Amino acid sequence: MSSPEQWTHPEPDAAPAATAAKPTAEQVIAGLRATDEGGADLVQLLTPEGERVQHPDFDIDITPEELRGLYRDMVLIRRVDREANALQRKGQLGIWVPLLGQEAAQIGAGRAMRQTDMAFPSYREHGIAWTRGINPTELLGIFRGTDQGTWDPVEKRFHPYTIVIGNQVLNAAGYAMGQKFDGKVGDDEGEATMCFFGDGATSQGDVHEGFVWAAVYDAPLVFFCQNNQWAISEPTERQSRLPLYQRARGYGFPGIRVDGNDVLATLAVTKWALDECRHGNGPILIEAFTYRMDAHTTSDDPTRYRLSDELEMWKLKDPIERVKVYLVRQQWADHEFFEGVEADADKLGEELREFCTNMPDPPAERIFSNVYAEGSPALDAQRDEFLDYVSGFAGGEH
Amino acid sequence: MPQFKQFPLPDTAEGLTEADILTWHVKPGDTVTVNQIIVEIETAKAAVELPCPWAGVVTELLAEPGQTVEVGVPIITIDTDPGGAAAPAPAPVAAEANGTSSGKIGEEMPGGRIATLVGYGPKSGTAKRRARKDAPAAAPAAAVVAPPAPAPAPVVAPPAPVVVAAPAQTPGGYVPLAKPPVRKLAKDLGVDLHALTGSGPNGVITREDVETAVAAPVAAPAASFVDNGSRERRVPIKGVRKATAQAMVDSAFTAPHVTEFLTVDVTPMMELRARLKNAPEFRGVKLTPLAFCAKAIILAARRTPDVNATWDAAANEIVYKDYVHLGIAAATPRGLVVPKVRDADRMSLKELAVALDELATVARDGKTSPADMMNGTITITNVGVFGVDTGTPILNPGESAILALGAIRDMPWVVDGEIKIRKICQLALSFDHRVVDGQQGSQFLADVGALLAEPGIAITY
Repeated sequence: MSSPEQWTHPEPDAAPAATAAKPTAEQVIAGLRATDEGGADLVQLLTPEGERVQHPDFDIDITPEELRGLYRDMVLIRRVDREANALQRKGQLGIWVPLLGQEAAQIGAGRAMRQTDMAFPSYREHGIAWTRGINPTELLGIFRGTDQGTWDPVEKRFHPYTIVIGNQVLNAAGYAMGQKFDGKVGDDEGEATMCFFGDGATSQGDVHEGFVWAAVYDAPLVFFCQNNQWAISEPTERQSRLPLYQRARGYGFPGIRVDGNDVLATLAVTKWALDECRHGNGPILIEAFTYRMDAHTTSDDPTRYRLSDELEMWKLKDPIERVKVYLVRQQWADHEFFEGVEADADKLGEELREFCTNMPDPPAERIFSNVYAEGSPALDAQRDEFLDYVSGFAGGEH
Repeated sequence: MPQFKQFPLPDTAEGLTEADILTWHVKPGDTVTVNQIIVEIETAKAAVELPCPWAGVVTELLAEPGQTVEVGVPIITIDTDPGGAAAPAPAPVAAEANGTSSGKIGEEMPGGRIATLVGYGPKSGTAKRRARKDAPAAAPAAAVVAPPAPAPAPVVAPPAPVVVAAPAQTPGGYVPLAKPPVRKLAKDLGVDLHALTGSGPNGVITREDVETAVAAPVAAPAASFVDNGSRERRVPIKGVRKATAQAMVDSAFTAPHVTEFLTVDVTPMMELRARLKNAPEFRGVKLTPLAFCAKAIILAARRTPDVNATWDAAANEIVYKDYVHLGIAAATPRGLVVPKVRDADRMSLKELAVALDELATVARDGKTSPADMMNGTITITNVGVFGVDTGTPILNPGESAILALGAIRDMPWVVDGEIKIRKICQLALSFDHRVVDGQQGSQFLADVGALLAEPGIAITY
């Protein structure tokens, strides 16, 4: 029997072949359309124009106070991001990973979690950290290269940043399986875990393995993929031939695509997914369809590989502006509120600057202190030798 | 009082050392705010905009557009308190050695430098590292930086003298450099890597170092002088090296050596060689200048048989030989060996070339048998293959002559009253003056030279 026609002759409007270094006009248009439109399955509750729309399956009752809180979160975390980016440009940080444009995806997901839920971030999850009650100053040491993050992951229910791409998906799968084994899943008081990664990570073996394990053990795990369209310089069309959320079907669990620039939709979908998980119906994949407005990191120059048209198009879909418009239109917030948020943001930015410029380096002993819970003779000997070496220099430890 | 701060060029990506200034967005006199974009720079990775670290008034731009600036070098001066009182001159720039003293990041240091996380004083002169506390007391006085002369404006207190001294060299340093298998070996053998000094590249401790340390009992550490022992290698004298040494000593102290030199234009020989290489009968034959030289020696020795004779002191006779066993000194991994081409005088040039090639291959593989090295009658040493012009070769014991063939070079040479570029080669002949007189030795060397300079002469022999 011959193979079906569409196997050997792809549909005319399928994604362009990933061969040419310089895209053709058709490829440019296809690319713009691919990143511009989330598709028919995109869950959206607040349009880019700030209009509230209904969705048959997902809806949310939001109070004016709650929405003002989400707005404030997004403005503050954007300021933190911009300030840290500037600190890198001033030589204060070795590198920074900007979250610009992904505020709604992170604040919506973060605010959907309960205090008892656990979170496993990659390295761009500054907004999630914010919602877990972690002071943004605690992120700075990681990006100066002086520590690994100073919060208590158990107390904050927020794992340390994972730099290795996709590795945290395995950690999260294991943790969620543990929640299941411990009997913490099954009713409304159940626990759940969220795991954060990007579109590029979906091509990693670790993510595949995490999907497999979580699926066959019905782990209470929400895979939260922020599809910001670019894995450094690789566009999503080089990661997958079908929308990422549809991959979940192959593993045997539901996948949903949500407008990642819509904080309401992200909040609603994530809350639903977490509830499914805590009742024992996990795992679930959420693809938050969003856009990385800045570079991959401060070491990257996106103008070398993507079109400014694309950026301009996504500017119109700003996650904060649409909430502002809606708040004003509903008369849920006045001028005074917006000015207050701006003032808070300025203050936070200044605090971050102050902290960063005066940030002391951790003692040299820190390199060794958290490697093993109970130490090891070889490591202790290395530590003593190193401390002896360091103390041999004039001018103190540094 | 105006407060001048200088913004050093940061490393905006990971590990960049310099950047080009593209465009300044401010000029002197402009008021700037924190995070205002002041300049666009281009690094090897990206074009980036730099935000201003402080609010204030731009005093001076320290780099031009198009200029390449090293990371850590100030690019702009900003007065962060322009409303202040009368302006004294900017703080004098302190001695460069201050660049090595530690400052908190962002903190202003003497000389107005701001410590940054990255690209921190890359040009700070000789002292890349901070001084060790236990620097020897005998540090030269010149290394002590005197406090700068009293500054006109006493804004900054003179910095305390900073002792800049190289770290005391402890054997092996704090972290011995060695590859993991070598570390394991040392651990197994109970050798303390700290006590060793590596002989490998960059002082890496090698397997041999560890083995040597085990073999040699550890000497009491010398107190006052640098011990060279650990940087020397003792190899037992045996095999080829021992035989070579014995032969050289025997020869040098028994046969009175005379060495003569001749510089020859071998261009015709090289031309002939080029022609022969293309000839069908020489296909696949490695036809080297050495082969021509061997042929020339054999021909010349016919006219001067003394160079192919032996002084037999025991019998009180000189032994003239009607055969030539031509020795070729060959450098091998085992040392110098001198295998022989037997009955070379009966060989054609092609046969000689083939024999020499085989000889060299066997010698380099270390397969030359002792019998192959016996009973030579005359020797060639081809120092030219090492790029050496000439030397004074020492006779192989029992022989009366040895010829050194130097490198063939393009040199200016006078031909028919004009300077031309020719292939020039130096020959050096050492001979045993008991057997060979100066006249015969000179005749022989001249004959060899003539045969190389004009191979057609051979037809007259």
